[in-house]
Amino acid sequence: MAVVPQISVGEDYREKYGFFDPEKYVFKAKRGLSEEIVREISWMKGEPEWMTELRLRSLRIFERKAMPTWGADLSRIDFDNIFYYLKSTEKQGKSWDEVPDDIKRTFDRLGVPEAERKFLAGVAAQYESEVVYHSLHQELEKKGVVFLDTDTALREHPDLFKEYFGTIIPPADNKFSALNTAVWSGGSFIYVPKGVRVDIPLQAYFRINAENMGQFERTLIICDEGSFVHYIEGCTAPIYTTDSLHSAVVEIVVKRGARCRYTTIQNWSTNVYNLVTKRAAAYGDATMEWVDGNLGSQITMKYPSVFLMEPGAKGDVLSVAFAGRGQHQDAGGKMVHVAPYTTSTITSKSISKAGGRTSYRGLVKVHPNCHDVKSFVKCDALLLDDESISDTYPYIECDEPQVNLAHEATVSKVSDEQLFYLQSRGIPQAEAETMIVNGFIEPFTKELPLEYAVELNRLIQLEMEGSVG
Amino acid sequence: MADFEIKDLHVSVEGREILRGVSLGLSRGEVHAVMGPNGSGKSTLSNTLMGHPGYEVTAGEVLFGGRDLLELEPDERARLGVYLAFQYPTVVPGVTMANFLRTALNARRGYDGKDKSKAISPREFRALLKEPMQTLRMDDSFLSRYINEGFSGGEKKRAEILQMAVLKPEIAILDETDSGLDIDSIKFVSEAINSMRGPDLGVLIITHYTRILQFIKPDVVHVLVNGQVVRSGGSEVADALERTGYAEWADEPAAAAVSDSKEVR
Repeated sequence: MAVVPQISVGEDYREKYGFFDPEKYVFKAKRGLSEEIVREISWMKGEPEWMTELRLRSLRIFERKAMPTWGADLSRIDFDNIFYYLKSTEKQGKSWDEVPDDIKRTFDRLGVPEAERKFLAGVAAQYESEVVYHSLHQELEKKGVVFLDTDTALREHPDLFKEYFGTIIPPADNKFSALNTAVWSGGSFIYVPKGVRVDIPLQAYFRINAENMGQFERTLIICDEGSFVHYIEGCTAPIYTTDSLHSAVVEIVVKRGARCRYTTIQNWSTNVYNLVTKRAAAYGDATMEWVDGNLGSQITMKYPSVFLMEPGAKGDVLSVAFAGRGQHQDAGGKMVHVAPYTTSTITSKSISKAGGRTSYRGLVKVHPNCHDVKSFVKCDALLLDDESISDTYPYIECDEPQVNLAHEATVSKVSDEQLFYLQSRGIPQAEAETMIVNGFIEPFTKELPLEYAVELNRLIQLEMEGSVG
Repeated sequence: MADFEIKDLHVSVEGREILRGVSLGLSRGEVHAVMGPNGSGKSTLSNTLMGHPGYEVTAGEVLFGGRDLLELEPDERARLGVYLAFQYPTVVPGVTMANFLRTALNARRGYDGKDKSKAISPREFRALLKEPMQTLRMDDSFLSRYINEGFSGGEKKRAEILQMAVLKPEIAILDETDSGLDIDSIKFVSEAINSMRGPDLGVLIITHYTRILQFIKPDVVHVLVNGQVVRSGGSEVADALERTGYAEWADEPAAAAVSDSKEVR
């Protein structure tokens, strides 16, 4: 069995990932959000003046902007009840021995060090607001690859940082990007130099431990010309009866001829609101691929986007959502074609069970004069019972006649004929159902590194077992 | 009593009675054919024996291994050693044939995900597949394809017989396995089935046409018309049908030609 158990959902979540450690911290901001809190976070981090100002400006934008009402129901989020910053340890470890014992134990239980030894080129581990552990293979460091937590990057690479930070997703993009820019902490900063290929994935693991915690990591990835990187993120949290908030911003620049793949296995506990803005700009002949799996959380709203900036740019979103009881996965993707000869695909697979709800929400936008654009959107929904819900909101805005846009959507149930066929070969019903569901998301699973694919199939099995009897 | 005993089986589909008291007995080591025109209840019989939920048994029993099959789920019947080669095998996207065959085989061997010693090893699995895949003229690429997805008619039928070879049932029901097959495929399929014949296997060939019976010689032929077995006998019954068709029962609905010379499927 694989060693990356951080993506579990369902029955064994409480035992495997839903545990919590006693809260210990060197600094905890008081509950709620104010200018004082924002200044305090910036001061704690010893940031330059421009960042403090940007944070404060973003806070005002956040306060001004209305809560979005077009998607999932966010009316129960109580911004005053959340802790916006919590620092658990003074110093970041470069080896696991330097990480405080209790935090190290947590990541051990989640299998992170083991995965690192076996198949990762670099690892970042974020606990509450700060990255507590960071590593990168030496040979990559020698080639000039930068893989740091975002706070350290601001100190060590101020020019590169300032050149790109907030350029892909400005604070005013939406209420939650404003919130993130005001209180961001942690996240990954990656720079891959020209022509450098990072063949082994880099991984970040995000863990919320405290109750009513808000986690606001900020990730910035720059792939210079002709480079390649695959970045994987995973996340879990304890099960609390009250809500936590995870609101990240991820900005990616993929320069000419480069390729970036960003894989997410989101498995927050079902008390977490997961409201994330992810966007990439892809330049000439560059490729951006979002592989986005959403299994956990109470509500997720996330639509990874690609702006296709120059001819030859290619964008790809492959999204899987699994919604069980009490969950609403509102996910999809956005492709914005601002240059001719650009192509995009969005493939969405959703599974709803036990009254869960999945929504596909997507936009394909083609600007005027962007001729010879190709875009293909395919969304398939699988309903496991009659009480579950799936809906689809595919938007197309096209200002150019000479394009090739296609959209396909299907909604299906696990069919009696498929079940009968598999059962007629001796496979019990529950196992047959799991096979059908795993087959349904196979286009997603086969894009994952093997260890993750095996684990994902096992998790679906656990989830399915929970649904029978 | 035969090893596999169908007794006075009555089956309805959506309230309409299709099988009206079918009885026949099949023992291991024997090959029986059930022949009948369209609408006679052939597919109802095969689906009912395997336990398709859309068929309602109103009376009768099917005894096998000391149990009434009709009380068991389809997967329980399969694990007891009953096999159905489907007339129209179902597509299951995203599940490879290799995964499917391995899972089915493990289920047949009683592996429930816990006792690893019961699970088949990759080497054993390979070895098991080699011969039947050769006989059926199937290459390795077939194993990485998804269940029946994009299969031609002939490939689907060959895949059904491959599964049978792997699962080694005691009672195999072949539902119109010959339909939609070109002459080469029918030879490979028959060759594979004949190689499985032996004292441990009973075969029930369900067919409209006599063609497949030229390749697989039945010990007993039953004629099913309008939901009842109207005649049983040796291979001479099939020979007679070859000459006269189901005309003898022409007042029954849907009597049709038996020879496949006119088959256009």
